[in-house]
Amino acid sequence: MPFISNTDKERKEMLAVIGVQKFEDLLTNIPRKFLQDKDCCLEPAYSELEITRKVTELAAKNLSTSQANSFLGGGVYDHFIPAAVDHVLLKPEFHSAYTPYQAEVSQGTLQYIYEYQTMICDLTGMEISNAGMYDGASAAAEAILMAVRKTKKFKAVICGSIHPWYLEVIKTYTGGAGVELVVVPTNNGLVDMEKLKQKIDDETGCVLLQTPNFLGNMEDAFAVEEITHSAKKALFIASVDPISLAVMNAPNEYKADIVVGEGQALGNAQNFGGPLFGFLATNFSLSRTMPGRIVGATLDADGKRSYALTLQAREQHIRRAKATSNICSNQALCNLAATVYMTLMGKEGLKEAAVHSTTKAHYLAEKICELDGFEMAYNVPFFKEFAIKTPIPAKEIIVKLKAKNIFPGIDLKQFGYENMLLIAVTEKKRKIDLDKYVKALQEVNNG
Amino acid sequence: MAKTIFERTSPGRRGYTLPANDVEIKLENCIPAKFRRDGDAKLPEVSELDVMRHFLELAQMNHCIEKGFYPLGSCTMKYNPKINETLVRNHGFNKLNPFQDEDTIQGALEILYDLQESLAEISGFAKTTLQPVAGAQGEFTGLKVMKAYHEAKGNTHKTKIILPDSAHGTNPASVILAGFEVVEIKSNADGMIDIEDLKAHVNENTAGFILTNPNTLGLFEKQVEEIAEIVHAVDGLFYMDGANFNAILSIVKPGHIGFDIMHYNLHKTFATPHGGGGPGSGPIGVREDLIKYLPAPLIGLKDDKYFLDFGHEKTSFGKVHSFFGNFLVNVRAYIYIKMVGSTGLRRISENAVINANYIMKSLEKHYSIPHKDIYCMHEFVASGEWQKDKYGIKTLDIAKRILDKGFHAPTIYFPLIVHEAMMIEPTETESKETLDEFINAMIEIAKECEEHPELLTGAPQNTPVKRVDDTLAVRQLNVKFEW
Repeated sequence: MPFISNTDKERKEMLAVIGVQKFEDLLTNIPRKFLQDKDCCLEPAYSELEITRKVTELAAKNLSTSQANSFLGGGVYDHFIPAAVDHVLLKPEFHSAYTPYQAEVSQGTLQYIYEYQTMICDLTGMEISNAGMYDGASAAAEAILMAVRKTKKFKAVICGSIHPWYLEVIKTYTGGAGVELVVVPTNNGLVDMEKLKQKIDDETGCVLLQTPNFLGNMEDAFAVEEITHSAKKALFIASVDPISLAVMNAPNEYKADIVVGEGQALGNAQNFGGPLFGFLATNFSLSRTMPGRIVGATLDADGKRSYALTLQAREQHIRRAKATSNICSNQALCNLAATVYMTLMGKEGLKEAAVHSTTKAHYLAEKICELDGFEMAYNVPFFKEFAIKTPIPAKEIIVKLKAKNIFPGIDLKQFGYENMLLIAVTEKKRKIDLDKYVKALQEVNNG
Repeated sequence: MAKTIFERTSPGRRGYTLPANDVEIKLENCIPAKFRRDGDAKLPEVSELDVMRHFLELAQMNHCIEKGFYPLGSCTMKYNPKINETLVRNHGFNKLNPFQDEDTIQGALEILYDLQESLAEISGFAKTTLQPVAGAQGEFTGLKVMKAYHEAKGNTHKTKIILPDSAHGTNPASVILAGFEVVEIKSNADGMIDIEDLKAHVNENTAGFILTNPNTLGLFEKQVEEIAEIVHAVDGLFYMDGANFNAILSIVKPGHIGFDIMHYNLHKTFATPHGGGGPGSGPIGVREDLIKYLPAPLIGLKDDKYFLDFGHEKTSFGKVHSFFGNFLVNVRAYIYIKMVGSTGLRRISENAVINANYIMKSLEKHYSIPHKDIYCMHEFVASGEWQKDKYGIKTLDIAKRILDKGFHAPTIYFPLIVHEAMMIEPTETESKETLDEFINAMIEIAKECEEHPELLTGAPQNTPVKRVDDTLAVRQLNVKFEW
């Protein structure tokens, strides 16, 4: 039996100390009729060699984005990750520890979370970050719950250009608190400002805007902020791409009250959509309504700098039914990946990744639009992802290009847009990869 | 005291390389001036070696399973097999985008399908969803299923969820998040649900009952059948918090003893790394008639082809995750279940239970153990009340002294129904000699309380830092480094 240390002899000695003959004697509290009389119907145990063969064969049934020329994004992006990131993650002191409840033997975890919080604050321009959330979707949902808790106004206005699946999660998370969600439609790939103005009133607790939005387009956060704050008390929540923040406005520039986003792009692989992690930052005035863990610097008994979980009076293990959230474990190791990534890439590296991504995306957009029948779906600024109108259904392009090992983008039909592809580009793409894609599209066009 | 990474920074230093940009487009032509950042983001500038030294220094300040015993009750800190880490790093898994065409992800879907069905078999439920990414999110998902079930019947008056005073803090917090009210009932002197108190609180407004079984005292609720009858009599749903599932694998199937819904903590029971606080995975299992309310998609199999099954989307309560949950964590659990196999599951629980009882028996003369007359399951709760009453030593002091002896401390001050609680869970992967070392240390500590109390009140001394002032961390809130 793998992973169990004790031998039959040792088990016998232990049972003797306990004072019973056999294991079953310990099950006195379980009604006899509930006891299983046979093992679960599963396969017999695999050895390490056998499972390695099986799992490797299963992996080979997938066609990964490292084998294909992939332009898929949709909230999960294939950015470059320095090799050193994974070497840090593999240290058992990080991956086989748990929540830093005992601060004196968890300083490593506590300090990197403190450093993570610092970097998220520096990127977003906010005053306080928590230690992370499950993903960008739940971070956005919990930000709305923070806002309605703070303002005691239960109408949340969502700019409809948000990722449609985030909206689904938001519905799930806010339903219980009695939040009324109002989704503002889009116009030309951006939130419709006139309609947004109409939806805001004194009952509005918050406005949530994603920028760049689901379609990759840059929203005018300054204008949305102005509309939001024209309502009494309403808070402005921005959901942002952390890579974009190296070159695009820090959310404090447009006076966001809460900033959230999907953090995967910072040093985490695509992982078929999980694990991911969400970030959440705000200003001190809202700190006591925040969900999740927060690490603070403090002193130990010798007066030396050390770290501990702080503001725990918000959390479920203390406040139970009155907690600000039910979150316990988050995605700590993914936050560590982000911390190591931001440290390695640093000020210049993150900017370079952002600049390469956006310039290469623009090059590709330009080239695709030179093809007959293809055009930009919206003529508005975008960052690293953009929507293209296609002359034939996007599904057909996806099928045809799969044969050439190209993943041309996301078919937006599933989200209600006919003949449209959502195309993402990162710094990992070379000009030659972009040109190959354009050539393949041209061939589709030529039949 | 380790420097922060910000104190190691030196302008101009680099920790990465990227190829030159081979397209000739200027940033100014991509991002309008209005949307361009006002000045650079402040991030470290360090070399790769700086980074590796920094994180090694931090790592060395952590306790972890591979360093030593980690009896953190309710968290199931078992060994995490290395083969998982090797296999999940295959690009065929970690370089998949969730929007890929189904033809290109057949291997991934096969694993998810197999895990989805295996978990159902292990627990006796009809189906599981792998979408929730943590135990607390599993609870929330289960509660949303309850809500959908009652709403479909038009029973909007069913607004109350009952749970015992021994429940995990996430239970009441999840209840509120899902839009229910909490009704807390008492445990009796034996640490079991007080059936009379339950009956007094169950009525037509009861939507469901959440029970951790074995409960947070490490005891199997022997009246589970009666509880199920009481809850079902008012059309309530009986939910099992599966935090302690490691105790009953292949011994009891929760789906066969009256539970309607349960969540699994794959990072506990199925050996995926705890990661310093995640990523975990918190699937839930449900009985047949509740499948239609689960988050979409489930994983389907038709004509030898696996697919993302959105078939029940119209009746589903919605989604809890952006995509399909913590896929890579689920792959690890799949590998673990395959390696343990049909006969191995029971061996896990047997060893976990024997290890816990062995420690409990060995400590009963030295510490108060309120429920020592009942054999525990995979964990037990001791109390520091003798030490507190006789010598004024708090459980917190005992915990800190345990750190000095090279072990992680148990979970302390939980469950709330035991004074000065110390919840001890050894798991099945620990050997007898490790347990003996821990037992001896605990006995030594009990003696120290009497003979050298200053060793406890001054503990810890042998850790990377001395006792940390966590009230100062609140009073002088400092949550980011100023540089």
